[in-house]
Amino acid sequence: MTFVYGDNIDTDRIIAGKYTKTLDMNTLVEHVLEDLDPTFKNKVQQGDYLVGGYNFGCGSSREQAPIALKLSGVSVVLAKSFARIFFRNAINIGLPVLEIQNHDIESGDEIKVDLLTGEVKNITKSKSYFAAPMPKVMIDILKEGGLANYLKKYGDYQL
Amino acid sequence: MTIVEKILSSHSGKAVYAGELTIVSVDGIMASDTTAPYAIKSFQSMDGKTLWDSEKCTFVIDHASPAPTEKIANLHKFMRDFAIEQNIRVFDIGEGICHQLIVEKDLVKPGQVFIGADSHTCTYGALNAFSTGVGSSDLAAVMLTGKIWLKVPETIKVTYKGTLPDGVVAKDLILALGKILGIDGATYQTIEFHGEVVEKLSLSNRMTMANMVIEMGAKAGIFTPIGLDLPYEWTATYADDNAKYSREIEIDVSNMTSKISMPNSPDNVFDIAEAVGTPIQYAFIGTCTNGRLDDLQQAAEILRGEKIASSVRLLIAPASKNVFIEAIKDGTAQILMEAGATFLPSGCGPCVGTHLGVPGDDETVISAGNRNFRGRMGNPNAKVYLSSPAVVAKSALKGEISAL
Ligand code: SF4
Repeated sequence: MTFVYGDNIDTDRIIAGKYTKTLDMNTLVEHVLEDLDPTFKNKVQQGDYLVGGYNFGCGSSREQAPIALKLSGVSVVLAKSFARIFFRNAINIGLPVLEIQNHDIESGDEIKVDLLTGEVKNITKSKSYFAAPMPKVMIDILKEGGLANYLKKYGDYQL
Repeated sequence: MTIVEKILSSHSGKAVYAGELTIVSVDGIMASDTTAPYAIKSFQSMDGKTLWDSEKCTFVIDHASPAPTEKIANLHKFMRDFAIEQNIRVFDIGEGICHQLIVEKDLVKPGQVFIGADSHTCTYGALNAFSTGVGSSDLAAVMLTGKIWLKVPETIKVTYKGTLPDGVVAKDLILALGKILGIDGATYQTIEFHGEVVEKLSLSNRMTMANMVIEMGAKAGIFTPIGLDLPYEWTATYADDNAKYSREIEIDVSNMTSKISMPNSPDNVFDIAEAVGTPIQYAFIGTCTNGRLDDLQQAAEILRGEKIASSVRLLIAPASKNVFIEAIKDGTAQILMEAGATFLPSGCGPCVGTHLGVPGDDETVISAGNRNFRGRMGNPNAKVYLSSPAVVAKSALKGEISAL
């Protein structure tokens, strides 16, 4: 399924600060997007897509925001643009994020994402969008499933 | 070269320009009780054993401090235990807000690269340094390697000129910029602050402004070194005359009035006149934006010998214990308390909605802080306005949003 939201979805709305004081990340899932879309947590299933407008993930540096989305089942976040810290955090925890400036994906559209080429097919609308290319170091981190695994493997950054 | 290009070049071992990816060595790092516990976990899952340089790392327990619940108390304990094991400096409960302490204790200096696991780490740009916020995993990676990869940001040059009218302060200057740039108008970029107006600003005022560049999406906000007054020897980094900027903005302050950010976004900025008369129930002065001594003094100036409206509660959380002590010594705290203010321990206080003063449903708050996203102060059904400490004090006095 594809969940579509608007511009400027901030981290307080992805997961409110009051829920972030825990190391048991599974407790975040209970509250993910609860103010923005109270039905989300019951509807979302493993592999679903989350689609945003401009400036997705603005606000706090809390890594709990992408973690909450990932643990709830979201497989990829697509947005017209991302806030800088959210973008890095998502890659670092192994949640793929694609920046597609001109998408017109609407709720209910069926989409297919190819992470390797960055192509997103909108099957409902019979069209394709292409993601802005990512720096190699980010692709490498994603390939390893996140920054922890990446550094475990390489010990240091490789540009 | 811009200031950020110069600082990142000196930490990359080669000249780097906007748009290039580079690996930089880091001079200092910081994590708070919101981000440190997960950074420690992440460090351990990287197979980290000892920090690259524990002297350069600081932990601060400020966000939910003292611990309001058993769960949070255990997270604090987890941080302290790790800090003892690794010999990491900890500022524990009541010492103050992370960003205030890092500057106050000279843990960041001009020209340095500082990485903090908190989005308002951009505050240290006030010191003509490069500092930016990251998440816990990025911080853990610096704990391990002493390095971080960054894309050298483009720079927006902002020049403030003219003469500041009475009562118009740093908070108004930065809110005015937020209005121009919008909530994502500086994403991935650095904002460089220049001009005769900012050259005269104190370090505290520069911090108020650099603090809020993240509210425009910026990676960093760096001040000109001109007029910066520090009690130690330091080297200034200037932008070259032919530095390349992505955008140049000039703001004439001569006719500016106080600004206010209306719910629910910091860039929803208007002249104060647009909000005057809005009833409030809760006023808050504090945060890394406006919780310093001069901020408290400005509030005290308004409230000296007065009593706040009976319909209003006024909470004050000094940015650090040091600020609190100074405010006690010079009588500021007494003036504010006699006017009806309630003092909270130094720290983030109600800013992030975890504890210590959550607003009720349909209540209206005026805060000297930096964010008013829906739910920011812990209740999505409350409305939060942002303004300068003096405007907050005046509004507490009148029971409604008031101009100076
Ligand atoms: S005072 Fe508020 S904005 Fe500043 S560090 Fe604390 S929670 Fe963040």
